[in-house]
Amino acid sequence: MTDVVNPALAGTGTGLPHVTDDHAETGHEAHGPTGILKWLTSTDHKVIGLSYMITSLVMFYLAGIMALVIRAQLATPGGALNLSFAQYNTLFTMHGSLMLYLFAGPFAFGGLANYIVPLQVGAPDMAFPRLNALSYWLYLTGSITMMLGFVTASGAAQFGWVAYPPLSNAANSPGAGADLWIMALVLTGFSAIFTGVNLVSTIFYLRAPGMTMFRMPIFTWNMLVTAILILIAFPVLTGALVMLFCDRHFGTHIYTVAGCHIAGHPGLPAACGVPVLYQHLFWFFGHPEVYILALPFFGIVTEVIPVFSRKPVFGYKGMVFATLSIAALSTGVWAHHMFTTGVVLLPFFSLLSLLIAVPTGIKFFNWIGTMWGGQILFNTPMLFSLGFLFAFLMGGVTGVMLASPPIDFFTHDTYFVVAHFHQVLFGTAVFAGFAGLYYWYPKMFGRMLRDGLGKWHFWLTFIGFWLTFMPQYYVGLQGMPRRVAVYPSNLGWEVWNQLSTVGAFMIGLGFFLLLVNFVVSWRNPIPAGDNPWDAQTLEWYTTSPPPHHNYTHLPPIRSERPTWDANHPDARTIRHGPHANGNAKGNGKPPPGGNGSSGGAGDEVPVG
Amino acid sequence: MKTESVLLLAIGLIFGMVAVVYWAFSYEDAGFLLLIGTCFLGLLPGLYYYYWYRRTGARPEDRDDAEIADGAGVVDAFPDSSIWPFLIGMGAFLCLLAFVFGYWLAFPGIALVVSAVTGATAESRRGGNV
Repeated sequence: MTDVVNPALAGTGTGLPHVTDDHAETGHEAHGPTGILKWLTSTDHKVIGLSYMITSLVMFYLAGIMALVIRAQLATPGGALNLSFAQYNTLFTMHGSLMLYLFAGPFAFGGLANYIVPLQVGAPDMAFPRLNALSYWLYLTGSITMMLGFVTASGAAQFGWVAYPPLSNAANSPGAGADLWIMALVLTGFSAIFTGVNLVSTIFYLRAPGMTMFRMPIFTWNMLVTAILILIAFPVLTGALVMLFCDRHFGTHIYTVAGCHIAGHPGLPAACGVPVLYQHLFWFFGHPEVYILALPFFGIVTEVIPVFSRKPVFGYKGMVFATLSIAALSTGVWAHHMFTTGVVLLPFFSLLSLLIAVPTGIKFFNWIGTMWGGQILFNTPMLFSLGFLFAFLMGGVTGVMLASPPIDFFTHDTYFVVAHFHQVLFGTAVFAGFAGLYYWYPKMFGRMLRDGLGKWHFWLTFIGFWLTFMPQYYVGLQGMPRRVAVYPSNLGWEVWNQLSTVGAFMIGLGFFLLLVNFVVSWRNPIPAGDNPWDAQTLEWYTTSPPPHHNYTHLPPIRSERPTWDANHPDARTIRHGPHANGNAKGNGKPPPGGNGSSGGAGDEVPVG
Repeated sequence: MKTESVLLLAIGLIFGMVAVVYWAFSYEDAGFLLLIGTCFLGLLPGLYYYYWYRRTGARPEDRDDAEIADGAGVVDAFPDSSIWPFLIGMGAFLCLLAFVFGYWLAFPGIALVVSAVTGATAESRRGGNV
């Protein structure tokens, strides 16, 4: 147990140490137990964040391999791999489940947020370090539980990533694989809830002096909103799954009408199960989940674009309020996934869904405004961020189309929806997610990833992305249903599916290059320094990797760009309030022992 | 703490209004109750934070003009490492697997959870590794 004194004091000449143990400046890898015991027992947010990222990347690669098998099967109408329908159902179910539940969310709010948010607000750790460690272990065991389905006699779950009853009931989906899928989501659900509590508490209670809410980096703001969305959405999912399990094994009829009747009146409907209730509960989780998977990645690109445009973010408060608006609207649009059930209020959900385009448009405007007139550097993180802009724009535009019930009725359960869904989530979780990985990798490991390999990774992924998903819009409009292992050969869909398959394998090659990049970086390290990008936010002020409890000094915090202010005391910086550019003591000069390193290319473009 | 409380109270008010509108047009129970639940999820902590904001005023992290030294003192006590979260996680893992593979797994699972929660509590109260 370590008492932590505010690290800021050391930077103001008071001379007080900020951590009262002997290992304060030796780096997180050298503190406490070492080896395997370190990974089992550490409560350091950085170690836990790395554990999340490594595990979620393993899940990403496994799910990616499943996607390649799916695309290989669909290369010919009869199925190039001769997969059985059951095998195919298992593959798309587990591909979606791993990507959504075990990669995209945990990578962002378990991995990047865990590592970066305490650093960005000047905190020594997360507010509840033991709870943070427990969150990771629940996530890991949840991941193992889901994968255990593959070694059961009935195989892994086959009912799609949404598990609608009656398809997911005991009669239609018997076996342990389905039960393991449910239990896995219960475990990972609790993991997400605990992480949400931790993030909110850390941001509300452990900010450094001067780090007001409206000086927090946009990434931290987005993680705060994401954490609140998690607390709204995940308990509903967990409750829905517990009831599904009860229906499967304990004789309840919450989601099923089978066998329900009023004694003596077998023809009358009774007060028992309602299958569509599951859809309400699931999508009350599921649509915020889409934004739980999007907002963190919006935050990442909002960090990357200003740094590689050599400008402050354009419209800071507009970005914050757009994030809040998106989150509020996303919680009120759940039933736009249920238009074709015929039992939802179409105008209400259609109107709110269309409205989401407004704050999202504000964000696009601000991202473009940030780049406008900047000295843009096309390093790998920036390329992935630009890729995100194009991909998410296309996914967003088709989302607006699908918010219109007549179009949704026409395209429901076709490949058009598959293409829309993947363009939204690939755009965010993959393009923006890997922008974040390339951007913060030097901070985490003190070494650079190779930019050349990163650019190959980007271009293969970018071209492969469009080649994979644009044909799917077309075959979707032609009527090709999703979740089919074979399709007719006389409808002209084969060539479009083959293009899609080629694109998927290009993406696979791109991600193989990322593995090569990791190996090269590890075997022949290029030291990164503390701030290789000449970045602006607080996490770049400390060493790379940061020491135990993060900071030995803190700079004065007088804007949302304290590291930039400290490293460029003469630069003209944006003002937020009357104390924006220093006062009697916080004069913007780097404190003794502060990093002071800029090392990046280019100077700030004057504001105004 | 004012901004934090306003943020949470706004969540409560917005979802309260959305719930009323939704109920007025749809008469659909599940969505209405979920929206009301979301409303309280904002209102309850929001009122709590507002209460403490009124009692304690602005903290150094709430003030634009805060000096670095205004945050003087111990931030908090943080554990360096702990085995108990790992053991609680393994216990929870076994408990949930018991629903699938047999209830016998619940015995070691519950034993692990109870002993690990006890250990974590003792560690938290005493400090150091227990």
